[in-house]
Amino acid sequence: MAELKLKNLQKTYEDGPTVIHGINLDIRDGEFMVFVGPSGCGKTTTLRMIAGLEDISGGELSIGRQVVNDVPAAKRGVAMVFQSYALYPHMTVRENMGFGLKLAKKPKAEIEAAVNRAAEVLQITHLLDRKPKALSGGQRQRVAIGRAIVRKPDVFLFDEPLSNLDASLRVQMRIELAKLHKELATTMIYVTHDQVEAMTLGDRIAVFNGGHIEQVGTPLELYESPANLFVAGFLGSPKMNFLPAKVLGGKLQLADKAVLDIRVDRPDGENVTIGVRPEHLRIAASGVSAVVDIVEHLGDTQIAYVHVQGVKEALALKLASGGQTPANGSTIQLAIDTQHCHVFGADGRALALRSREAVAA
Amino acid sequence: MSETHTMTAPVAATPAKRIGSISRQRLLNRTVHYLVLSALAVITVYPFWWTLVTAVSTAGEVYSFPPALLPTEPGLQNFLEVFQTIDVWAFYKNSILISGATVIGTLLICSLAAYPIARMKFAGRNWVFGAIVATMILPSEVNFLVNFITVSKLGLTDTVSGVVLPNLAGAVGIFLMKQAFEAVPQDLIDAAKVDGANEWEVFWKIMLPLAKPALGALAILTLVSAWNQYIWPSIVMTSVENFPLSVGVSYLKGTFSFKTRVVAAGAVLTVLPILIMFLFTQRYFLRGFDGAVK
Ligand SMILES: Nc1ncnc2c1ncn2[C@@H]1O[C@H](COP(=O)(O)OP(=O)(O)OP(=O)(O)O)[C@@H](O)[C@H]1O
Ligand SMILES: [Mg+2]
Repeated sequence: MAELKLKNLQKTYEDGPTVIHGINLDIRDGEFMVFVGPSGCGKTTTLRMIAGLEDISGGELSIGRQVVNDVPAAKRGVAMVFQSYALYPHMTVRENMGFGLKLAKKPKAEIEAAVNRAAEVLQITHLLDRKPKALSGGQRQRVAIGRAIVRKPDVFLFDEPLSNLDASLRVQMRIELAKLHKELATTMIYVTHDQVEAMTLGDRIAVFNGGHIEQVGTPLELYESPANLFVAGFLGSPKMNFLPAKVLGGKLQLADKAVLDIRVDRPDGENVTIGVRPEHLRIAASGVSAVVDIVEHLGDTQIAYVHVQGVKEALALKLASGGQTPANGSTIQLAIDTQHCHVFGADGRALALRSREAVAA
Repeated sequence: MSETHTMTAPVAATPAKRIGSISRQRLLNRTVHYLVLSALAVITVYPFWWTLVTAVSTAGEVYSFPPALLPTEPGLQNFLEVFQTIDVWAFYKNSILISGATVIGTLLICSLAAYPIARMKFAGRNWVFGAIVATMILPSEVNFLVNFITVSKLGLTDTVSGVVLPNLAGAVGIFLMKQAFEAVPQDLIDAAKVDGANEWEVFWKIMLPLAKPALGALAILTLVSAWNQYIWPSIVMTSVENFPLSVGVSYLKGTFSFKTRVVAAGAVLTVLPILIMFLFTQRYFLRGFDGAVK
């Protein structure tokens, strides 16, 4: 049980570039914190600094109120589950899981009991005497998690633990991880590329980008009020649509001159970006005209990709399945749900909107 | 009916012909391979075979030409004479002592030297490794003089330690172990550290068990060279009762007369244990080199 404090944490690799530029983050005791971000943004590096596997170049890291910058990995009370599982190939599952306790010189009976209990929770009791070579990917993953929980650490670190599993197993393991977190109530930090994992598992999500944290918040906070363009575009699938616009008399004018009833307190002529999620675009009798590029059928929904004048990337819109399917190449009219629009200034930061309060009132 | 026959025949013939040409090509390749390998095998094995034939023959010319490929009047009396002339068992005991100590010491020293070179970051790491590899260029005979001075100053002449110690740290062994340690995924080491292992425990409980194939190969390699070494132990050892078999066998020739067949029998007795050992362990030997060579 422990809270973590990352204070202006920095990492510069030996004769390499600085890859973490001062991260500030408080993780509460028992919290499930998810790290997301594009490849190479420093999630693994941060996790390894917390684990004690990478030296901290600057700033301060505390685990449970104790500054641990110079505490070796072995003494930090953390357990880590690696993407590669990292099971010791020369040991049986039982030995793998008991390794940490054995190093801690715990009595044999205690190790045995702890291993058996963890194996039961993870349903791998029948695999205890096998070597990792003789396990499937999903089973290896369970053993890796088992090895972590046996030690009763203060903090669990997961680095994309499910990314090597197939889709259905991933869903299953995701649910089990959520249950495990409820049961153990231990602080967990979880790195993932998977949106669904991030949204469903995390108490809070930290969005990383280029060695910074862009925003920290609950999944809904991030989804509903992203602080900037990066976060807005990163969470959600298909991603949020961005339309360039200009401020005109406190409202916003699109490239095709249509004016949307979104009110912002910005001077006329300022360039802004409107963000609208695919579910907040509709086909209507009148609105912004768009040319249908392609329609994807996903079973329960359809996603139409359309081109709008003045917007480089195709916009995605979610259509109810069973509704009408526009033909490829046909021209349609788009209605934009202005109540659910986000507006970002030229610097990419979200702007406060007045329309929303006005509508709510 | 005859028409369907003519229709299908060419279709069937094409693949058959292709298979024929492929297998002919393959046959040719195989033949060349086997011829080359057989020639190599004959060249390598012939001296041993000649020694064996000479040792078990009890009559005929030793140096006849063309040399005898099969023993004439085979018998074991040459071997008997070896046992009567020298104390084979005592020499065996010395050989086992020297080789065993060399093998255990080499495994320990080489892996301890290789681990930091393979896995730890420190200034001058590449220089250290470069210097070690550079020693491979020198023939071991070059070291005899300086090693002998060291050994005698330490008062280790005529002792097993004197024969063994200078041979423990070898470039080949360090190189082999370094390759093996480098092949271990970093994640395993990290996992062990997070699990609470210190550097020594990582080495002892993770790295060494994973380097077993390389350790096996190095053990066999060291055993063979330690068992067969001749000049160095004959320099260090001064009393006959301390000689290993390889040196002791030389006593077969100077005593009364030069009996080639008896010397050959002694040579056979020397290599026999190591040969048998190698036959049983060559599987591990090859596996150990797998990672190192690729
Ligand atoms: N040992 C190292 N030496 C130098 N640079 C490194 C080292 N390890 C990582 N980096 C660099 O640090 C940056 C962050 O890497 P990191 O592995 O933390 O990214 P990540 O967010 O985990 O990415 P991914 O999602 O692909 O796993 C990258 O630019 C990477 O090239
Ligand atoms: Mg990573």
